[in-house]
Amino acid sequence: MTTPTTTTSIAKPGFVSTRLTTPYWRAAEAGKLLLQECLECGHLQHYPRNLCTKCWSQDLQWKEAAGDASIWSFTVVGIPGHPAWGDEIPYILALVELVEGPRLMTNIVGCAPESVHCGQRVQLRPHRGARDNQTLLQFTPFTRDN
Amino acid sequence: MKNHFSAEIIGVAELPPRRTTPGETTLEMIANVARLAMKDAGLIPRDIDGLVVGPQVGETPQHVPATVAEYLGLQPRYADIVDLGGATGAGMVWRAAAAIQSGMCETVLCVLANTRDPAVTPRSPNRNPIREFDVPYGGSGANQAYAMIAQQHMARFGTTPEQLACVPVKQRANAMLNKAAVFHGQPITTTDVLTSPIVMSPLRLLEVVMPCGGGAAVILTSARRAKDAPHPSVGLMGAGERVTHRALSQAPELTTSPIASAVADAYAMAGVGASDIDFLSIYDCYSIVVAMTVEDAGFCAKGEGGAWLEEHDFSIASRLPINPHGGQLATGQADLAGGMGHIVEAVHQLRGTAGERQIHSPKRALVTGNGATMSEEVALVLIGAEQ
Repeated sequence: MTTPTTTTSIAKPGFVSTRLTTPYWRAAEAGKLLLQECLECGHLQHYPRNLCTKCWSQDLQWKEAAGDASIWSFTVVGIPGHPAWGDEIPYILALVELVEGPRLMTNIVGCAPESVHCGQRVQLRPHRGARDNQTLLQFTPFTRDN
Repeated sequence: MKNHFSAEIIGVAELPPRRTTPGETTLEMIANVARLAMKDAGLIPRDIDGLVVGPQVGETPQHVPATVAEYLGLQPRYADIVDLGGATGAGMVWRAAAAIQSGMCETVLCVLANTRDPAVTPRSPNRNPIREFDVPYGGSGANQAYAMIAQQHMARFGTTPEQLACVPVKQRANAMLNKAAVFHGQPITTTDVLTSPIVMSPLRLLEVVMPCGGGAAVILTSARRAKDAPHPSVGLMGAGERVTHRALSQAPELTTSPIASAVADAYAMAGVGASDIDFLSIYDCYSIVVAMTVEDAGFCAKGEGGAWLEEHDFSIASRLPINPHGGQLATGQADLAGGMGHIVEAVHQLRGTAGERQIHSPKRALVTGNGATMSEEVALVLIGAEQ
């Protein structure tokens, strides 16, 4: 990869959070991925809400995910949906399924795009790039060393 | 005293109005009041199979019913938005009753809420879950979602790029008989598709619907009045609807879509099966959608869509023509025309006004509509007037 001589002047969309989701993003800054656990029925969910999607109980608590997941599906982005990512192509956008069950949108980093496949085991690797407005809960292929 | 509608109101709730609601989101307020109404009605969440919402949930204006359904964990068989200002609540009630009476669903949640926080401008900050949890990763737009659906279909079932390429190739061939098609007179080959640029792996440019402007309209009337119409009328034998998610991370599955449930309901209502359908006018924004629709609508087994498309004749000479006008991939469709073109084509075919691309006396059509990321699905079984 060569370093681009010009960078895009288009800023990435700003950080968005709500009062309810603030603990999630605070934890992300500390490198942790939080899920919500329903104390009524045990259901685990992502993204955070003010009720359990299974039983509508509002008795929820935060629970840290182990950070182990598998790739549910992915795409190598050629033409980004937002122009601010124009300098980052090709990048890997993926839906990962956590060992705990919930799925989330993320990026797969630290590997060649052609090596990625559905079902691949990955692990959490939080990262904040120079152009990011927040710490991103990205994933990287599982190895025993990292 | 007799109720005109057979549906009845069994639960209500209201949050006490407050001058300000600092820190809350509209989705949270909707959840709070929906939960109270559910308890008042003595129900559990999975009893609710219909959802009617209003605009302005502090969100993007599109896909509001799907966004609310996803937040609440509902998978409604009837999902609607009513936008009548201060008459919205009342307007929701009779529409919900009509939906129940028609057999589309049994139990409808009608819910409205808004936040008020003078410290926040604009009044509706765009803070929906996709904006918060997907966009920061560079995940926006439809292409990435359909690419992930295609990627999993290929990984699980061995579906090939050549098989998916058949869809735009065969639909371009159909569009040779449709002068109104954007790509009329521009046939393509499988090689053309496979050598077109990858826009989002594994999707190539010619497998993706092209942006267009345009419009479409349909008019329905009573059976009594239809007798006086200038053309033979087209009947609605059955319909089905299913909404399961908005963000792809929340989809129950990737390679079976809610089209399966919508079509099953439409067939059941019509009293027909896949073998009773004479042609398909099916939503085709991406090649993979056609592959999954023929599987989910029962024309081949799950996972065999790719091979089936390769072998199947899409043309008007076929036993089961597919998108005789060329579909979205060859004819084009304005995104806000909401798939209406597929209904217009089905009506022309069923009443015999399709001109040079007329199928020989078709009786029944399956029409599908697909919204968001294989999230919002509707199926219709249409029938022509007795010839």
